Amino acid sequence: MLTDEERREIEAEMARYPTRQAVCVDAMKIVQQHRGWVSDESLRDIAALLQMSVDELDGVATFYNLVFRRPVGRHVVLVCNSVTCWMLGADGLYQESCAASGAPGGATSPDGRFTVLPIVCLGACDHAPVMMVDDDLHHDVSPGNVATILERYP
Amino acid sequence: MERPLTARIQPGREPLDLRGYEGEGGYAAARDAVLHLTPQEVQARVTDSGLRGRGGAGFPAGKKWSFVPMGDTAPRPKYVVVNADEMEPGTFKDRLLMEGDPHQLVEGIILSAYAIDAEVAYIFLRWAYKLAAARLERAIAEAYDAHYLGERIFGSGHRLDLYLHVSAGRYICGEETALLNALEGKRGNPRSKPPFPAVSGLWGKPTIVNNVETLCNVPHIVGRGAEWFRKAGLSEEGGTKLYGVSGRVKRPGLWELPLGTPMRELLEEHAGGMQDGVRFRGVLPGGASTDFLVEEHLDVPMDFGSVEKAGSRLGTGTMIVLDDQTCPVGMVRNLEEFFAQESCGWCTPCWGGLRMATDLLRGLEEGTGEPRDLELLSSHARMLGPGHTYCAFAPGAAEPLQSALAFFHDDFDRHISDKRCPWR
Repeated sequence: MLTDEERREIEAEMARYPTRQAVCVDAMKIVQQHRGWVSDESLRDIAALLQMSVDELDGVATFYNLVFRRPVGRHVVLVCNSVTCWMLGADGLYQESCAASGAPGGATSPDGRFTVLPIVCLGACDHAPVMMVDDDLHHDVSPGNVATILERYP
Repeated sequence: MERPLTARIQPGREPLDLRGYEGEGGYAAARDAVLHLTPQEVQARVTDSGLRGRGGAGFPAGKKWSFVPMGDTAPRPKYVVVNADEMEPGTFKDRLLMEGDPHQLVEGIILSAYAIDAEVAYIFLRWAYKLAAARLERAIAEAYDAHYLGERIFGSGHRLDLYLHVSAGRYICGEETALLNALEGKRGNPRSKPPFPAVSGLWGKPTIVNNVETLCNVPHIVGRGAEWFRKAGLSEEGGTKLYGVSGRVKRPGLWELPLGTPMRELLEEHAGGMQDGVRFRGVLPGGASTDFLVEEHLDVPMDFGSVEKAGSRLGTGTMIVLDDQTCPVGMVRNLEEFFAQESCGWCTPCWGGLRMATDLLRGLEEGTGEPRDLELLSSHARMLGPGHTYCAFAPGAAEPLQSALAFFHDDFDRHISDKRCPWR
């Protein structure tokens, strides 16, 4: 069930759009903000609130790179693998992010602390290679300082 | 040299708040236009300036606006949608404009909405731009408090609501009709055109979709006139452009320069030339979905017409440099993998062709490529080209592939004859 807070936040978004369906991405992001991911149960609750079919909402959910339909760790590490970062060492950065966090690529570390995922261009190519941890952008990263960066995220 | 778009931006400093922005002349153009000009007069200034869209396609902004139905019988509400989904690999220019001077964008939106008599506007922002989101929210709130947004803006009879929509990350949402579907809460598949958004866009209403940098030009054009804008560029296309350079150059970065600045000046003077011990081999002049240019093109002026004449596109104006330590086959494989992953999956030549092209490129890198693979790659590039899909995504994906096959043919051949990647 959606919490009162989640419901309130989703309903506040409704004032910005003429249809309920238009709120669906915001709604999924709100739930994800609170719970880390969007479960089948959450999907059903959101669909009911927005008067959408569950399948249509799942179609939207799975369209996006950043709506998580499986649980993720406490911190999500996104390593850019697009062209400039790739030229300047993104593959090594990704491997080191997995090694330092204990998370296999595309999955979560056994202690539940980190999920490491590849991501498309983060729009900071003059400082490549770059990665994001949660909401923070880290630029000019070398494999050697990945461990130090990750230490800041308990 | 004038840098109107970035004059108020100081990296590392908080952007100007509403009062600070007004102190430097901000909102004067919007106030004057809303109170003293007709929407048609605002449109005329932008049309006369020749401003071409800065998001990649370069469509004339004034012309786009001219397709919107006007007058009492026009469908309502009309919408302005800001394409702030900057996800073209190698592109990082709109980030600076939004983080550095959010009120400039808000003023551009107010003017554009007034020009087509729209009452609602959305900024469609990519999820990764957290700082831009926070700063835009603050600027929008300030503009509402000052009554520059909301009911009776600037004390006129006009109303404009502006909302920030933060997406959840998918490259195709930068395509304007996919963006509209995404805003409506649907999968971001592009729509068939016509009808064009200017006639039937968001929720079937007249809508213009403009890029951030395009809109940031509007206050300057309306305030200082079309003539001034045309003179600000080095070519007849007019204005300044945010140019970016990334890759193994000494000083990667972003510069606002007159439109038509030669590529060589950008690479050698502003970006400082190649890093020591590294040689230039080629460049994608305007993001991932533009054709490679090489040494012989270095003196091309970076404007829409000149880059097109050279066989590529200005695109977003943010250049990605290929150096001699990078395998061109690997670079193209990386680009096509991006496109294969980000294809919305609607049109067969796009999702199928990109997947097959990616497999072939990976085979070449791994040493299992055969001579006929190059013919197959060429035929995929042709099938991905214009006319076979709903939108410009596949033709964009074909551009680096087809040009790499032409300019770096020997490198492709070596992967086949040596049965391995020479860079590995």
